[in-house]
Amino acid sequence: MTWTKHDYDNIPGTYVFDGKHAHGAYPLNKLLFSLNDAGNRDRFERDPAAYCDAYGVSGNYKELVLEKDFLGMLRAGANIYYLAKMAIPRGTSVQDAGAKFQGITTRDFQAKLLAKGDDLTQRLARRGGFWNG
Amino acid sequence: MARIIGGVTSSHIPAVGNAIANNQTQEPYWKRFFDGYKPAQAWLSEKKPDVAIVVYNDHGLNFFLDKVPTFALGCADTYHNDDEGWALKPVAPFKGDAQFSWHIAESLIQQEFDICTCQEMKVDHGFVNPIRALYGTHEVWPVTTIPLAVNTVQHPVPSALRCYKLGQALRQAVESYPEDLRVVVFGTGGLSHQLQGERAGLIDVEFDLDCMEKIANDPQWMTRFSNSEIMRRAGTEGIETIMWLVMRGALQSNVKVVHKHYHVPISNTGAGVLVLENYG
Repeated sequence: MTWTKHDYDNIPGTYVFDGKHAHGAYPLNKLLFSLNDAGNRDRFERDPAAYCDAYGVSGNYKELVLEKDFLGMLRAGANIYYLAKMAIPRGTSVQDAGAKFQGITTRDFQAKLLAKGDDLTQRLARRGGFWNG
Repeated sequence: MARIIGGVTSSHIPAVGNAIANNQTQEPYWKRFFDGYKPAQAWLSEKKPDVAIVVYNDHGLNFFLDKVPTFALGCADTYHNDDEGWALKPVAPFKGDAQFSWHIAESLIQQEFDICTCQEMKVDHGFVNPIRALYGTHEVWPVTTIPLAVNTVQHPVPSALRCYKLGQALRQAVESYPEDLRVVVFGTGGLSHQLQGERAGLIDVEFDLDCMEKIANDPQWMTRFSNSEIMRRAGTEGIETIMWLVMRGALQSNVKVVHKHYHVPISNTGAGVLVLENYG
């Protein structure tokens, strides 16, 4: 048994959410998905370890959940959209996660994003036909 | 006969819904982004489409990873928004048109697009935010909607070419419906962004601008890319841009470009609005 290789495997700094990730982290993603429900969120808060057990989240995955190690969960195969259901209400945005991946502060990460728009007006003018305020 | 009057694209970033809900649309960060929707809003209010077919991806509200349909069509009279885990107040339900949906489903399956039909379908920010940005927020929405979900979350996801062909089949499906309905197709999501990994924060402005120009005037350009090539340029989450091709495939080969708006960054993303109109 072997996982099929893909062209996207060698894109640097990139983890494509495919069968390989979805398979291993299935119980973890199922737990994250369950947090759509407010009652489940309360149950999780009251006893995270028991909640993990109920969803079959064990071993390293369980440790990551109990430690609220969002970055670790992503690396272990949590889907980013599913992780957001746990991370965002706990004050960790996707930008915080992105910054941690790069080992920089969220403020620096946001500054890098803002810099993408620095010369936007000139770029759009060069292209022509774009609305420009 | 039903006919497609045009197509509109919009990114569907979660933060857009928050900005609307918190009345931040005229704050400096948001103003240019939202102001660029005004010509699209004006076009919709002038053309008054009866039905909007909204092409979007679910982010874990209606679908979980236990069952992941590549293409799924809403076939209900009502679609509800719900809590995505962030405890935000859901927006008012959307009116559907089950008869029209089932006609589209039949036609697509006859054309060998073996889609999943959904009689219950919760719609998440991917569907809701473009509608809010294009129509404002309403207790009774001013347009009937049909959700068409594309899997862009768990690979394998369909190719850009397949999405384009789905759009062509969708046009056939709409145009064979006997009722006189004016239909608009919304292609949502994108443009370039990557949320995870050491490459998080990737935005490729030139690629985004190429996409907007080519999707309007030379959509075959994008259908030649593999998904790996798109993700290499536009980021893992930028793959959502393939949904714009469903919209484009549903239009005539030559279209009138009514409006083109690009803003960067919104949250982690390059955000684009296109309004394309069919001739005649």
